[in-house]
Amino acid sequence: MDLKLKIWRQKDSQSRGKFVNYKLNDVSPDSSFLEMLDVLNEELVERNEEPIVFDHDCREGICGACGMVINGRPHGPDSLITVCQLHMRKFKHGDTIVIEPWRARAFPLIKDLMVDRYAFDKLIQESGFVSVNTGSAPEANSIPVKKHYADLAMDAAACIGCGACVAACKNASAMLFVGAKVSHLTLLPQGKIEAKERVLQMVAKMDELGFGNCTNTGACEAECPKGITLTNIARLNREYYYAKV
Amino acid sequence: MHRIHSNIPEGPLTEKWSSYKSNQNLVNPANKRKLDIIVVGTGLAGGAAAASLAEMGFKVKSFCYQDSPRRAHSIAAQGGINAAKNYQNDGDSIFRLFFDTVKGGDYRSREGNVYRLAEVSNQIIDQCVAQGVPFAREYGGTLDNRSFGGALVSRTFYARGQTGQQLLLGAYQSLSRQIKQGNVEMYPRMEMQNLVMVDGKARGIICRDVITGKLERFSAHAVVLATGGYGNVFFLSTMAMGANASAIWQCHKKGALFGNPCYVQIHPTCIPVHGEYQSKLTLMSESLRNDGRIWVPKNKEDAEKLQKGEISGSEIPEENRDYYLERRYPAFGNLVPRDVASRAAKERCDAGYGVNSTGLAVFLDFKDSIARLGKDVIEAKYGNLFQMYEKITDDNPYEMPMMIYPAIHYSMGGIWVDYELQTTVPGLFATGESNFSDHGANRLGASALMQGLADGYFVLPYTIQNYLAHEINTPRFPTDLKEFEQAESEVRKRLEDLMAVKGSQTVDTIHKRLGKIMWDYVGMARNKDGLELAIEEIQNLKEDFWNNLKIPGEMDDLNPELQKATRLADFLELGELMAMDAMHREESCGGHFREEFQTGEGEALRNDKDFAYVAAWEYKGEGKEPELHKEALKFENVELKQRNYK
Ligand SMILES: Cc1cc2nc3c(=O)[nH]c(=O)nc-3n(C[C@H](O)[C@H](O)[C@H](O)COP(=O)(O)OP(=O)(O)OC[C@H]3O[C@@H](n4cnc5c(N)ncnc54)[C@H](O)[C@@H]3O)c2cc1C
Ligand code: SF4
Ligand code: FES
Repeated sequence: MDLKLKIWRQKDSQSRGKFVNYKLNDVSPDSSFLEMLDVLNEELVERNEEPIVFDHDCREGICGACGMVINGRPHGPDSLITVCQLHMRKFKHGDTIVIEPWRARAFPLIKDLMVDRYAFDKLIQESGFVSVNTGSAPEANSIPVKKHYADLAMDAAACIGCGACVAACKNASAMLFVGAKVSHLTLLPQGKIEAKERVLQMVAKMDELGFGNCTNTGACEAECPKGITLTNIARLNREYYYAKV
Repeated sequence: MHRIHSNIPEGPLTEKWSSYKSNQNLVNPANKRKLDIIVVGTGLAGGAAAASLAEMGFKVKSFCYQDSPRRAHSIAAQGGINAAKNYQNDGDSIFRLFFDTVKGGDYRSREGNVYRLAEVSNQIIDQCVAQGVPFAREYGGTLDNRSFGGALVSRTFYARGQTGQQLLLGAYQSLSRQIKQGNVEMYPRMEMQNLVMVDGKARGIICRDVITGKLERFSAHAVVLATGGYGNVFFLSTMAMGANASAIWQCHKKGALFGNPCYVQIHPTCIPVHGEYQSKLTLMSESLRNDGRIWVPKNKEDAEKLQKGEISGSEIPEENRDYYLERRYPAFGNLVPRDVASRAAKERCDAGYGVNSTGLAVFLDFKDSIARLGKDVIEAKYGNLFQMYEKITDDNPYEMPMMIYPAIHYSMGGIWVDYELQTTVPGLFATGESNFSDHGANRLGASALMQGLADGYFVLPYTIQNYLAHEINTPRFPTDLKEFEQAESEVRKRLEDLMAVKGSQTVDTIHKRLGKIMWDYVGMARNKDGLELAIEEIQNLKEDFWNNLKIPGEMDDLNPELQKATRLADFLELGELMAMDAMHREESCGGHFREEFQTGEGEALRNDKDFAYVAAWEYKGEGKEPELHKEALKFENVELKQRNYK
């Protein structure tokens, strides 16, 4: 298929960016979206132009490195997948595809489609962990965990830290990401012990890092590639409330 | 002549590790604060090591090339992690896990190391559960297990199809806690390019800041490599796009011997190659072989129709299917080790029974288990894998058998280390997939996660102290020493040389050519003529690379093409060493299959008399033949046999 691409190009955080138009012909419907960009980049390099910069690594939908807004949707038109898993068969001959970076105050732009998501790491550093030193753990089966809670914790822990929820949110809020981590740890007896401090510290940090407030629009859930649900935000709010009272 | 001593403690197998720990030197808490440790890599090995060392009180500097330590490629591991807990009461034990791993590695690993690995495996599970890793559980609340290839017991712990992700997040969260406490300085998007040695000891590294392109110097009292595997030599593999051998290769050039470079693992269940533009291969977890049955048609006519797309797999009646693994290996069936399963698939496809348009695929079929257990059960176990398969291939594996083919997946070879995980460069340690240690010539499923975490949580944090105990009087030192200057200028020169080529070929076109040479001649089946040809072709390709490479953009800037070129420059050199190693090893063992050495039934034929050793290669300089050192392998607790999975 032949495509028209409108891609955001920006030299660095200081420069002004703009959309640049490219034509790409004979794209295989079986190639992935990033492979399509690889082909474009090979053409650019051959013409001695700088390739389009974007983050990516595992290309299996698990590392969370990739992410771009495609025709207005984070990770593109398909649901429950990352952009590296999106395949070109979701597009058709003659389509125009608009590609932009995540846009959020807490994720400053680095170049083209690449942004800085270190704010997510800062959130985890704040208290997204269980304080247990190596070597001090009790026998693994000594604390049984109800399968139901282990499964719910796993649902929440599946978050890959891609940032699509922030990019999708008109307030650039990180509530889904933080809700997922708070839920994952609080649902397990091992993480429950520090639940109170964790939720207070992570919420305060979220504000400090420039993420916006949650106004319950649900855009995050709709775009999350890992199916992290709004119930995690509800649990976060509940935990926050308990911790405050 | 290099001294290579494995330094395995004396005494009975079961007491080696405890006696080592009782007798080793330790560093006292006050001194720990004065010692800096560089840990390159934030995967299971590096993340666990950095967190544990920092908890102990050392000052750690941690590095990764991704934007966040959480994205190391350990994140992609799907199936699970082994441990000898014997929770299933099926007769497992530390000895059995040790034995299976030595046998699975085709008797080319060290007994002492593997036993230690099996010993600490149980502690790993305890540690991970305490961190909040949401392992799968039974209704009664206890931990669940599944089976993996090469074992007759159920000892694999898992978190859906995302075990690596969950284990890595556990390590990452512990690391994050130490970053917050100020014990770890985290340097993401920093790619190691060189090792700095002062007075013969590893004292620092030179990195290129991926964003600015600037070179940066870091000093420490010891350097730990945890940079993962080198499967991307083959261009197409299940490795992450950025996975590279540069850190280990540069250390090799500085004197660290390279162990068994030719041992790479080809995983039997990957999604087949589909086109020229393809950038990587996707693994379908080995756990699928618990419930999926592998087959090709019995009749060639059916295979030909499948290849032409005239019929689909589900139309072939039961009596015309050849479940070749069950046929050839009735005891282990679909759960034979990876090397055996991969070769068997290749054998069928080479004989013309492949089932897709390229003829390079076999079926992995869930029809029977869906009928037996129900779709819900299969979905609960493998839902995310089935979804991934469907997204990539547009086929629904609940209705049509999956198509799979072997792909490069893991490197058993790596930097040579002794029992303490120390390389032949004093003060330089290597952990996880980057070292050559515990898997011999073939790794069993679910054992890499175990090894990465064993090294990172429980082995290195001890053994490194035996070295550091002698460094307590070495003060922190500045990075303006001439050794740092020199190491940095070596890197700068190389980058300038790469930018100066200004040829006409892109990095990827050359990398794809290297991949093809490697896959054709240094892949699943190797022979002398092919390997000779490979060496010659790689040398020519290297020449082409240094004369025809094209890199746009600037050196001191974010430049992905330059980044890929530095990695490829190292892969080209490593690829040649892999071919040389494969050529010298005139036997077949594990993942290394030499066509000249096989049994009448096509199984790998080892030569224990002449080759029961680790090949440790020493770099001798540009254009010079590397020197081979041999570390003899002693087997006192297992009897060397031809592996039998029948
Ligand atoms: C798809 C897939 C599935 C797998 N499934 C399983 C499984 O089910 N069970 C199992 O036991 N094993 C599995 N494995 C194998 C296992 O995941 C790996 O062997 C293991 O995770 C490697 O861990 P590591 O810490 O050694 O390296 P990695 O996790 O690869 O980490 C490497 C680190 O080094 C850094 N790095 C690399 N080069 C540089 C450089 N030059 N400068 C700075 N930093 C650098 C990276 O940024 C990264 O942080 C799987 C592997 C793959 C690819
Ligand atoms: S919650 Fe979903 S969208 Fe947000 S970071 Fe996690 S995986 Fe990405
Ligand atoms: S590249 Fe890893 S999730 Fe897309």
